[in-house]
Amino acid sequence: MGIFLDAGQSRGRFWSEVTQSAAPAGSAGRALVRVPVMTAGVTEAHVLFRNVQMAFGTRVVLRDFSCAFPRSKITCILGGSGAGKTTILRLIGGLVRPQSGTIDVAGTEISHLTESQLYPVRQKLGMMFQGGAMLNSLTIFDNLAFPLREHTRLTATEITKEVHATLAAVGLADVDTLLPGQLSGGMVKRAALARALLMKPEVLLCDEPFSGLDPISVKRIEALLRRINQQMGVTVLISSHHIPSTLRMADQVVLLHEQRAVIGAPNDLRNDPDPNIAEFFNEEVRDEDLHALAGSAA
Amino acid sequence: MAFFQDLGWRVLRLIEELGRMAFFSGGILRALVTRPIRLRRFIAEIYDLGVLSLVIICVCGATVGMVLGLQGYNTLVRFGAEESLGAVVGLSLIRELGPVLTALLATGRAGSATAAEIGTMVATEQLDGLRMMSINPVHLVITPKALAMTAVMPLLTALFIVCGLGGGYVVGVVLMGIDPGSYMSSLKAAVVFRDDVAGSLLKASVFGMLVGLISTYRGYTCAPTSAGVSAATTSTVVIASVSVLLFDYVITALWGV
Amino acid sequence: MTRSPLRDFVVGLFVFAGLAAIAYLSMSIGGLSLHNDGGLKVFASFDQIGGLKPRSPVVIAGVKVGQIDSIELNQDFRARVALNLRRDLQLPSDTSASIMTSGLLGDQYIALQLGGDDRILKNGDEISITESAVILERLIGKLIHNSDVKKDE
Repeated sequence: MGIFLDAGQSRGRFWSEVTQSAAPAGSAGRALVRVPVMTAGVTEAHVLFRNVQMAFGTRVVLRDFSCAFPRSKITCILGGSGAGKTTILRLIGGLVRPQSGTIDVAGTEISHLTESQLYPVRQKLGMMFQGGAMLNSLTIFDNLAFPLREHTRLTATEITKEVHATLAAVGLADVDTLLPGQLSGGMVKRAALARALLMKPEVLLCDEPFSGLDPISVKRIEALLRRINQQMGVTVLISSHHIPSTLRMADQVVLLHEQRAVIGAPNDLRNDPDPNIAEFFNEEVRDEDLHALAGSAA
Repeated sequence: MAFFQDLGWRVLRLIEELGRMAFFSGGILRALVTRPIRLRRFIAEIYDLGVLSLVIICVCGATVGMVLGLQGYNTLVRFGAEESLGAVVGLSLIRELGPVLTALLATGRAGSATAAEIGTMVATEQLDGLRMMSINPVHLVITPKALAMTAVMPLLTALFIVCGLGGGYVVGVVLMGIDPGSYMSSLKAAVVFRDDVAGSLLKASVFGMLVGLISTYRGYTCAPTSAGVSAATTSTVVIASVSVLLFDYVITALWGV
Repeated sequence: MTRSPLRDFVVGLFVFAGLAAIAYLSMSIGGLSLHNDGGLKVFASFDQIGGLKPRSPVVIAGVKVGQIDSIELNQDFRARVALNLRRDLQLPSDTSASIMTSGLLGDQYIALQLGGDDRILKNGDEISITESAVILERLIGKLIHNSDVKKDE
């Protein structure tokens, strides 16, 4: 069931199959998972989930979930709606706490930290929310300058330079005085990306960065994320519905399906013998699929 | 039997909710003494909550004063005591109608706006965005609003009362022909700072704290959907209004002793 | 928050207006005084003050010249009223103070009737000639008693 990572294989194939535990939700769960052994020469995990159990009320989202997100790589988290993609990102950010299990973010175990203890950890993270999460009452410039004004001692001129440079890097110009409500969806996402980057994070969390965008905007953001990963060495975690970009850019894919998590390189998963997994990557819709979907609609 | 179970459950939930609100206010108080001081936001909130409520407060104040003048005159004239109209209008406004009506009006206008604004920020993940930037949303958003509401309420109440006195004056003196000197002197003779004005300002401050706390709490804890925001807004108005009236009784009973 | 000097000004105006309203209600109407206003302060003791209250007016020939500061009970169980009068008043020391009612059911006030003495009242002096308030019930009681007496005769 478990496969180990061979030392020396920097892009190994991780299998972390989680069994459907018969134990009730809330118990520690029985892990039939071999956690990859960290040795020198292996791409270390920047973020590490161990046996995480996450439920909202009675609805269990993650059951005994373990996963390593390698440093300076792009990992895409795929899955149906409600499968837990966004939850994983929120767990990393400490916005929600797991019922059990541990989460290591850049060396710090965060599942039991209080809000104020989380702040130094969050300084290493940048999060790009699905809706942008920009403050609606502030202009774009003020929105971006906000974290700099709060946490750094930069002068106004320096802040202006930083903000403009970052806006230019994401391809936005002349938006300083606009309010978030005045921007298009794609522009808001790029502004949110810029804001997440301003504090020079080690880990960039992107919640559905491609949702609701036209194909050109998708390519733009994809290019930006790849450039950020390559040039700045930032670990990028993306939760996404968008298969083509995933296949193009992901170093590792985490596929969430009915509380099981399947982890591996995109091409490996795409050609996986398990039809449920391979199906996910197949974009064609066949008549049999439609009938099956109609039958299983619940 | 099920009725009592339900009732018991509701009471427990209510106590739980009060406990959560206590923690919430603790968070606000702690944020008050934490730097940085958000002066600019505080001033902006005073504008949103106070200045933008001025029109409704002053218009309603004047109208209420006019109604008091009319009703008061019609009643007093039967006893030949119409010269005391100033006292009647003044005491009613200062002791009760000023603080309570101002608080209710402010709840409807400013309180619901606050709950809706904060609720929308929750629903659009703006507060989560702040947390991810290591900024405490209570410190940045909630505390200035709650503090501004507390500060603004006595000011609005005073303006309401002054407009009301003016309205009563217009009706009594201008329309009904009472001697202006009598209106003012009966007003001044009847109103005592310690019992009436100070109590009124105390009530206004307490009401301001109540409305500020309730509106920010309901917004902060609302479900992150548009239905949740709307529920937060309406429940703010209901809960704040009832609380204002309850506390009005308590303060009146304690202060008037 | 975008900087807006206009908004800051409006807020300042609002706060000023509110504080001014509070001050007006407190001092002008509520009678809070922040300083000793240097009026002529004299005292008068009465057996019965009726409905007299602090801030009730003090009147000479129908014109208001001051107000009551406070009312206390002295050792003889009479009511000692502190009058706060206009500073420039020259009142003979045998001035009398009576408690009157404005109208039949109106508020009560103190009316001063000047005497003829050469000596002038100073701060802290006592008005010795006082006339207590008329209590309506006593008056009616007297009337009934008198009519009974008449009947008996």
